[in-house]
Amino acid sequence: MAARVARDIPEGAYANLGIGLPTEVANCLAADKEVFLHSENGILGMGPAPPKGQEDPDLINAGKQPVTLLTGGAYFHHGDSFTMMRGGHLDICVLGAFQVSVAGDLANWHTGATDAIPSVGGAMDLAIGAKQVFVMMELFNKKGEAKLVERCTYPITALRCVSRVYTDYAILDLSDGVATVAELADGVDVDSLQSRILLPLRRATG
Amino acid sequence: MIDKIFQSMRAALADIFDGATIMIGGFGTAGIPNELIAGLIERGTGNLTIVNNNAGNGESGVAALLAAGRVRKIICSFPRQADSHHFDRLYRAGRVELELVPQGNLAARIQAAGAGLGAIYTPTGFGTLLSEGKETRDIEGRGYVLEFPIHADFALIKAQRADRWGNLTYYKAGRNFGPIMATAARCTIAQVQEIVPLGAIDPEAIVTPGIFVRRVIALTQAASAAA
Repeated sequence: MAARVARDIPEGAYANLGIGLPTEVANCLAADKEVFLHSENGILGMGPAPPKGQEDPDLINAGKQPVTLLTGGAYFHHGDSFTMMRGGHLDICVLGAFQVSVAGDLANWHTGATDAIPSVGGAMDLAIGAKQVFVMMELFNKKGEAKLVERCTYPITALRCVSRVYTDYAILDLSDGVATVAELADGVDVDSLQSRILLPLRRATG
Repeated sequence: MIDKIFQSMRAALADIFDGATIMIGGFGTAGIPNELIAGLIERGTGNLTIVNNNAGNGESGVAALLAAGRVRKIICSFPRQADSHHFDRLYRAGRVELELVPQGNLAARIQAAGAGLGAIYTPTGFGTLLSEGKETRDIEGRGYVLEFPIHADFALIKAQRADRWGNLTYYKAGRNFGPIMATAARCTIAQVQEIVPLGAIDPEAIVTPGIFVRRVIALTQAASAAA
């Protein structure tokens, strides 16, 4: 999944890869393709993890893991970082999700459990600000329920923000309240996929 | 002659009072002013409202402040960490209040305070649980939430180099909230790695002009003074 997402990030894109699973995308970017990775805690031109023993506790990513700075990279404060995010300057962000609605609503910060300790970080800012929001998620949860839904039942992160969903079964484009299958994973056929998902899936033509 | 450099941690923190609102710089462990926090704990000041991105991790920094029972309320964006056990315990027991703020709103509200703005409209959080009970407004077809500035009595930040006028530079991703918190507190106290002579910091490279900084203490002094 990460490799497939990485292929769709064009050279020269300013991209934020969130935390968790989406950070795998960074490792899959072609070595000769210059992509500007942004980290919410004030880094542009973020590079890969350093060799063991060369970690700097003051050079970490949003997930608090050690990283490096590429030649040409920059550091800036939180005001500027969120100006980049909220102000529409990031071309792409890649986020995980509990649910995505066909309208493009994203739910990824709260499970809804009453005893959960709520935490949100920069997810809401990323989701409303990036020019394109890619979601990377498994299409079905552990109970076998589809995570692509008519309306999100988990607490909302942002409304009408997701443009493309990369899953283990298919890549789906969301537009005008309709999910279109852009690509199927190997061995997946669209009819069996449709039978498992309540929502009408449009097939891409051509 | 103006000299904002303090030699004694006790003197640098001397007027921090019970019930104060204190901004603390840092993201995760990067840029956390651990020595200033240790000095604050040593003072015994309590009933504090703390503004930080997180709610502490492990046993040091904000976690130590929580564990010492000094915190009434935390305003932050991401309290839950793998090792935020002190916060978790106090929160579940109802002994610390949490105001959860999306990270960008936290930054913007801090900047608004420093900039003298009365309020801001932000699209972040519109239509979510975190905007419940708040005024919203449709501006050119997009929903925004009305948010108010976060002011502080004190800001404790970690910087890299300072001169006696309080000009500051920072270190890598340790910068984060430091420069904006410096503008938003009535009294900003910076712990730094190195004090340099006036003029040693290139004016083009000053990240926080000294106007925003009241007191500076060098790390080495801070570490020994706190003993």
